[in-house]
Amino acid sequence: MVVTTHRPLPKELSDIQQEMEQHALDYGLDFFKTIFEVLDYEELSMFAAYGGFPIRYPHWRFGAQYDELMKGYSYGLQKIYEMVINTDPCYAYLLSANDITDQKLVIAHVYGHCDFFKNNAWFSQTNRKMLDQMANHATRVNRHIDNHGYETVETFIDTCLSLESLIDPYAPHIRRTHKAESKADTKRRIAEDAESTGGRFPAKNYMDRYINPEDALEEEANQKRQKAIELSDQLKFPKERVRDVLFFLLQYAPLEDWQRDILTIIRDEAYYFAPQGQTKIMNEGWASFWHSTIMTRHGLTDEGLINYADHHSGTMATSPNRLNPYKLGIELLKDIEERWNKGQFGPEYDNCTDMYEREHWDKDLGLGREKIFEVRRIHNDITFIDTFLTPEFCFKHRMFSFAYNDSNKTYEIQSREFQQIKQQLLNSLSNHGRPVIYVQDANYKNRGELYLEHEYMGIELKLDYAQDTLANLHSIWKRPVNIGTVVDDRPTILSYDGKKHSTNSKEKQ
Amino acid sequence: MVRRIDRDQQRFDKIIKGKVRQQLRKYINHGEMIGRKGRETVSIPVPNIEIPHFQHGEKGSGGVGQGEGEVGQPIGRGKSDGDGQGQAGNEKGQHIREVELTLDELADMLGEALELPRIEPKGDDALTSKKDRYTSIRPTGPDSLRHFKRTYKRALRRMIATNNYDPKDPMIVPTKDDERFRSWKTVTEPHTNAAVIYMMDVSGSMTDVQKEIVRTEAFWIDTWLKSQYDGIERRYIVHDAVAHEVDEDTFYRVRESGGTRISSAYRAADHIIQRDFPPSLWNIYCFQFSDGDNWGEDNSECIENLKQNLFPVCNLFCYGQVRSPYGSGDFIKELRKVEEEFDNLILSEIEDKEGIYGSIKTFLGTGK
Repeated sequence: MVVTTHRPLPKELSDIQQEMEQHALDYGLDFFKTIFEVLDYEELSMFAAYGGFPIRYPHWRFGAQYDELMKGYSYGLQKIYEMVINTDPCYAYLLSANDITDQKLVIAHVYGHCDFFKNNAWFSQTNRKMLDQMANHATRVNRHIDNHGYETVETFIDTCLSLESLIDPYAPHIRRTHKAESKADTKRRIAEDAESTGGRFPAKNYMDRYINPEDALEEEANQKRQKAIELSDQLKFPKERVRDVLFFLLQYAPLEDWQRDILTIIRDEAYYFAPQGQTKIMNEGWASFWHSTIMTRHGLTDEGLINYADHHSGTMATSPNRLNPYKLGIELLKDIEERWNKGQFGPEYDNCTDMYEREHWDKDLGLGREKIFEVRRIHNDITFIDTFLTPEFCFKHRMFSFAYNDSNKTYEIQSREFQQIKQQLLNSLSNHGRPVIYVQDANYKNRGELYLEHEYMGIELKLDYAQDTLANLHSIWKRPVNIGTVVDDRPTILSYDGKKHSTNSKEKQ
Repeated sequence: MVRRIDRDQQRFDKIIKGKVRQQLRKYINHGEMIGRKGRETVSIPVPNIEIPHFQHGEKGSGGVGQGEGEVGQPIGRGKSDGDGQGQAGNEKGQHIREVELTLDELADMLGEALELPRIEPKGDDALTSKKDRYTSIRPTGPDSLRHFKRTYKRALRRMIATNNYDPKDPMIVPTKDDERFRSWKTVTEPHTNAAVIYMMDVSGSMTDVQKEIVRTEAFWIDTWLKSQYDGIERRYIVHDAVAHEVDEDTFYRVRESGGTRISSAYRAADHIIQRDFPPSLWNIYCFQFSDGDNWGEDNSECIENLKQNLFPVCNLFCYGQVRSPYGSGDFIKELRKVEEEFDNLILSEIEDKEGIYGSIKTFLGTGK
């Protein structure tokens, strides 16, 4: 299997790598063995198009991604400096055109990522042998292509990809102890109930009304009916709403074996990439924190200074309508380090209302470094922001929240209030900014229709996309599909029956 | 080595070209969407093809940013330049992708979409060219043309036949008799050319909108004719009360004012044909665009001119009347009177941009 280009690192770079690795170790970073390779831009773009993996199953979107990366580069709009993949050993790819200062910076940055991959709790369940797994997926997909034809398989992959975000990002961390009653168990229980004689004891005719008195039977029948109703509630399917829609489809959708296999592959890969989405700010912040620490203290030479400053500031650039995860991450980590060094935390500090005192608060505790290592171990972006974003920080970095104004189709600055900013940030980070969707009922209207529920949190779905996605869902479920959501502030059900879309909205409440 | 990504990229290319094919009508109607135009290729912007997901729309969305500004200050317009929600601004905005097509590919799509018949040029052997083609083998020739494989095979056959071949020591020595050489044949190929003469009314009543329609329609006509002939020559005439022969660029840009005398254009066309394109050798196409506003007394002269000079020599004479808020639109009525007599006269009325598609079909659907 060709995993790498097997090009040894040139001497100049391998010296730098060893030096940077030593610095990283000295600072207490802890990473898997990291293998660096130097690639030209074409190769790097190719790897990037495949999400970092040299072998993926064939699909046009990788080609599209590659095309875009190459065009962006040739027009001078963008450049990838480096790429790391979360595996053991870690593979990192460097751009051959980088100058030596860039390579140093990038290598230091990479060690930050590798440390994060190894130690952050949200990565604890990922498959570190994903290179093999991806190659295995490619083999399986290629086999299905041989059997069923390229277009058929491609179309089905498109369908699955349309649903790929419908997973439960917390699922890998939940250990479920009780097993749900299986379908077979339920059937048997119903069958047993049906076999019972309805409470009537065997009796000779003339004795019957004594042994089986009318009102007692009545009572028993009532109880039974009650129980049947309860039972049918239990039969509601699924009993509890299901967040991992893909898993539900794998279990219950009428798929052919090869289709089930492809959906499994798409789901596996979605789970592999999920933690990277959940920790983007922290991961980039952490890597940036370490490249800047190592570079400014050890890595810089006189002639490299300008280049470093240029590249570093480019990475940290902000613009009004997009938040730079590198910048937010590194600044928050620096802020935490400083606060824990000075002791700016805990009830005493929190209750201090004297502005002057707060600002000059310094107990010289020196706990900062320890604290940020703890932060990188246990947090994801949401808990990170929730725990450590402060009003002072928002003020210092001129942060604001913005909102879409439907009347003039523009995004406008909405607030500079801390609570609003924080809430908005948390909202946009929850579920990677994607809508949260559950399987609510798989026997909707008692007709085997699928009913999904969008957990509405103030942001409406993009309707045309929702309809197209429903159509894809239908091609898997093969019965009418519905999703409950909110359109124009009204609870609405979007449906697709295989031929046409319909929209049912309730009256405004 | 074929790289994995090449296959994926080619597949993507196919899909995106299929997208253009599907939406060709839109591209025809909005000719201005055709971006860069090179000698052999055109770039057509297509919206990025995307796999749909359940995702948030704009309504109710927002995000967090950094920088100066008052509450209420706009920071970006809709999805196209800002990306409101998403992973802290991590998701990409909408992209427009340019797909590069060769003019032949475009012509194929056009032909397919409009179900255009292939043109059968008149005077099919009017012009021929000679070409050398290496199609055969002969036993003599210069060393530079020696066919190694054939020579080797004959030598091997001979050695096996004469029992001189030893598989353990597979040495082959060709003799002079074994040698074979590539050889050519001179073939004559019919070479068909077309001359296209575009005429446009640039009098005061033709506005920019009308000219854009003409430009778009001429682009597609060119593309189609180019694909049907080995070579095409184009000439451009603009006229108001008098006609001028102009270059392509001027044709599309010039704006005159004043009255209209269509016959002046016909005379100019006749002159060009006499000068450059002897009708026995050329397939001649005339496309005339006007808002139909002509100086009344000129009409009969026009018809006379057409009958005498142009109808007899043209494969097609196409008149496209573009609706204008200022023109009378009467001229087409004059032509309708003689439409029956001449089957190479094609008339089309173009109401607006949406009409371009149908008009092209009318003009080129004859297969002439």
